Amino acid sequence: MGQMDGHTGGDVTQAEMLTGAEIVLRALTDQGVDTIFGYPGGAVLPIYDAIYAQDRVRHILVRHEQGAGHMAEGYARSTGRCGVALATSGPGATNMVTPIADALMDSIPMVVITGQVPTHLIGSDAFQEADTVGITRACTKHNYLVRDVNDLARIIHEAFYIATSGRPGPVVIDIPKNVQFARGPYVGPGAIEHRTYRPRTIPVDHRIEEAVALMARAERPIIYSGGGVINSGPKASEALRELATLTGFPVTSTLMGLGAFPASSPQWLGMLGMHGSFEANNAMHDCDVMVCVGARFDDRVTGRLDAFSPGSKKIHIDIDPSSINKNVRADVPIVADCGEALSALVAAWAARGRQKGPDLSPWREQIEQWRARKCFAYPASTGIIKPQYAIERLYALTKDRDVYITTEVGQHQMWAAQFFHFDQPNRWMTSGGLGTMGYGLPAAVGVQAAHPSALVIDIAGDASVQMTMQEISTAIQHDLPIKIFILNNEWMGMVRQWQQLLHGERYSHSYSDSLPDFVKLAEAYGAHGIRCNSPADLDDAILEMINTPRPVIFDCRVEKAENCFPMIPSGAAHNEMILGSITGDEIGEAGKVLV
Amino acid sequence: MTRPPKSPRAQKSAARSGVREDPASAYDMTDAKEQIEHRTLACIVDNEPGVLARVVGLFSARGYNIESLTVAEIDRNAHQSRITIVTSGTNHILEQIEQQLLRLVPVARVIDVTQSGGIERELALVKVAGQGERRVEALRISEIFRARVIDTTNESFIFEVTGASMKIDQFVELMRPLGLVEVSRTGVLSIQRGKEKGG
Ligand SMILES: Cc1ncc(C[n+]2csc(CCOP(=O)(O)OP(=O)(O)O)c2C)c(N)n1
Ligand SMILES: [Mg+2]
Repeated sequence: MGQMDGHTGGDVTQAEMLTGAEIVLRALTDQGVDTIFGYPGGAVLPIYDAIYAQDRVRHILVRHEQGAGHMAEGYARSTGRCGVALATSGPGATNMVTPIADALMDSIPMVVITGQVPTHLIGSDAFQEADTVGITRACTKHNYLVRDVNDLARIIHEAFYIATSGRPGPVVIDIPKNVQFARGPYVGPGAIEHRTYRPRTIPVDHRIEEAVALMARAERPIIYSGGGVINSGPKASEALRELATLTGFPVTSTLMGLGAFPASSPQWLGMLGMHGSFEANNAMHDCDVMVCVGARFDDRVTGRLDAFSPGSKKIHIDIDPSSINKNVRADVPIVADCGEALSALVAAWAARGRQKGPDLSPWREQIEQWRARKCFAYPASTGIIKPQYAIERLYALTKDRDVYITTEVGQHQMWAAQFFHFDQPNRWMTSGGLGTMGYGLPAAVGVQAAHPSALVIDIAGDASVQMTMQEISTAIQHDLPIKIFILNNEWMGMVRQWQQLLHGERYSHSYSDSLPDFVKLAEAYGAHGIRCNSPADLDDAILEMINTPRPVIFDCRVEKAENCFPMIPSGAAHNEMILGSITGDEIGEAGKVLV
Repeated sequence: MTRPPKSPRAQKSAARSGVREDPASAYDMTDAKEQIEHRTLACIVDNEPGVLARVVGLFSARGYNIESLTVAEIDRNAHQSRITIVTSGTNHILEQIEQQLLRLVPVARVIDVTQSGGIERELALVKVAGQGERRVEALRISEIFRARVIDTTNESFIFEVTGASMKIDQFVELMRPLGLVEVSRTGVLSIQRGKEKGG
């Protein structure tokens, strides 16, 4: 690193000497970081001094460190850049554990800087000491305890490299307070060559040929894309669209992959999986060639594994070799960056020239038959707002704007995925792998910080939103006019649904008792509150929300007993989807033990 | 109520009567029919603080077995350590273990010692106490095993024995009736045959 830096800024011996805290800010600046989300405390005060002394990196003060982490995630997911969060030692670091684990599951690039007690006190149970690297080892892509200020600059640059390259993920840098005070040399980012970490990004040629050969013979093909396509950057989404156009293959995607392929395309089948569309799941089940790109055959997607797409050959593109053959065997494994692999497939397909493959029209007709089932249809209501209707209206009234959607976790999240449609990547932020209630509100703050003039909406549930509600105060302080659109069913709806279907209607502790008055709550925080009870008023209320230039909490009172369908019960196969309302009898004992 | 052609009801009754034993989801994926194999893997790692905790944590977090583990620095200048792990699982699990190890940032490479026909050795210190016939017999057997006596009192020996783990197991078993007191073993060390560097 030092040598690489040599030709730009003089040799190491003459490197600029800075305090550890100054090195942190300088390294962040050199990494192109414009915003960080944090909360101060004893063990990071030197870093806060360094923040005070500059104006290139904006610091957004949060209300709880978990909020800072999710904001960094929202920032990262909506920009494609690395999110950065800052917290003090001990409780500051432990409060950050949930977003770190969330970022690991959803492969979000994030660097978390934590303060630590001075090195000579480590291990003495000092005030606010916690073994941060120990606690976060299992939920980070990598982590560091910096014991020597001379290593600090290199470690920070390395952390950004690791967080953003290969399969992205969270990296924690734990910096003892004395290291923040000590002086050391600053080295710039340079060209990073890690000693042991070398992600493979370029696909092997013969695998691409094998894939194209399979695809060219396919009679019932499908492309199954995931969050990896979005992580790979806008070029990957473009290549996906090109491949779909060239081949005419239908496309479905995971929850995390929404937006990589335009929902407005006739080739789009909608999301697949537990609450995915009838056409997507049946097409997955019956296909003969599956092109899985940047997805990982998660149990929410595959359902019953031994019945998962039994007759297909599977091409699996993933940058993480451990994802391949983990849950489902791949016939053609391609370890590569999704964008690189998709571009290679496009080129190889185009090179075939005008060779005619099998006629795909019977397959298309079959898919149209499935589509004709209109699996998302729901009974209309004039008296009460159906949650699906609320999302439909929200979509209709916002789709022509510069809109970003985040969600919490529960039924509302699934309805958002089903009824809000995305034509662009990076517009949809949701907690997929960890399923973290409380993600959406702070994530929206992070998105808004990155896109100040965009319309940023957290589609929320009444229960989830209370987990990180205090971050509305952050939004007020920093003039971030997020919209919190609560589908208020007065229940932990998804829990209630499972209790209804799987636990004999024993509604144990799933009622959202003692809910706050969300309108008054909004006002107490200095935000704008809106309540809507009737479908007739909904459009006007949504327009009022959109046109309010301040943070809004929208209390949308919806049907309380609505269930989220279609549904593949845990332990069922893709073609055993339940479309309408059911009783618990449909789900076997084996399915009940699953989550 | 609309319902797709295949009713989950059929599935339910099968599940209740215990007919269906195939996995219902990833959670139930057991490779019961697949054979469990033992395998020795050597990881060459950057010798940074916490690297062993990462490797061991991976095994516990993902429910993999560790039957033996040895670790020591092998190149001070290059900051490299070699961790030799004996593990077991189905072929599918063993493949995953290797890939998961490679995901760890400080892991430079993983060598499948078993499949590449590497050499495995273990060292044991074995304390045996006894007098008369039994003492003579213990010494005689130790010669067969090419064990060295590294400590002696009138009533005891400490043997140092090296070899494949199985050989050490046998030695310990033979010492048991002759007054075995305690055993200390290093766990398995490994290296590649031939002139090439492993991995
Ligand atoms: C932090 C956390 N705790 C618990 C859960 C389990 N859980 C999943 S959905 C849900 C209920 C969510 O209720 P609400 O936010 O009102 O959404 P709804 O399902 O009613 O739309 C719960 C408790 C979770 N996902 N995350
Ligand atoms: Mg609710």
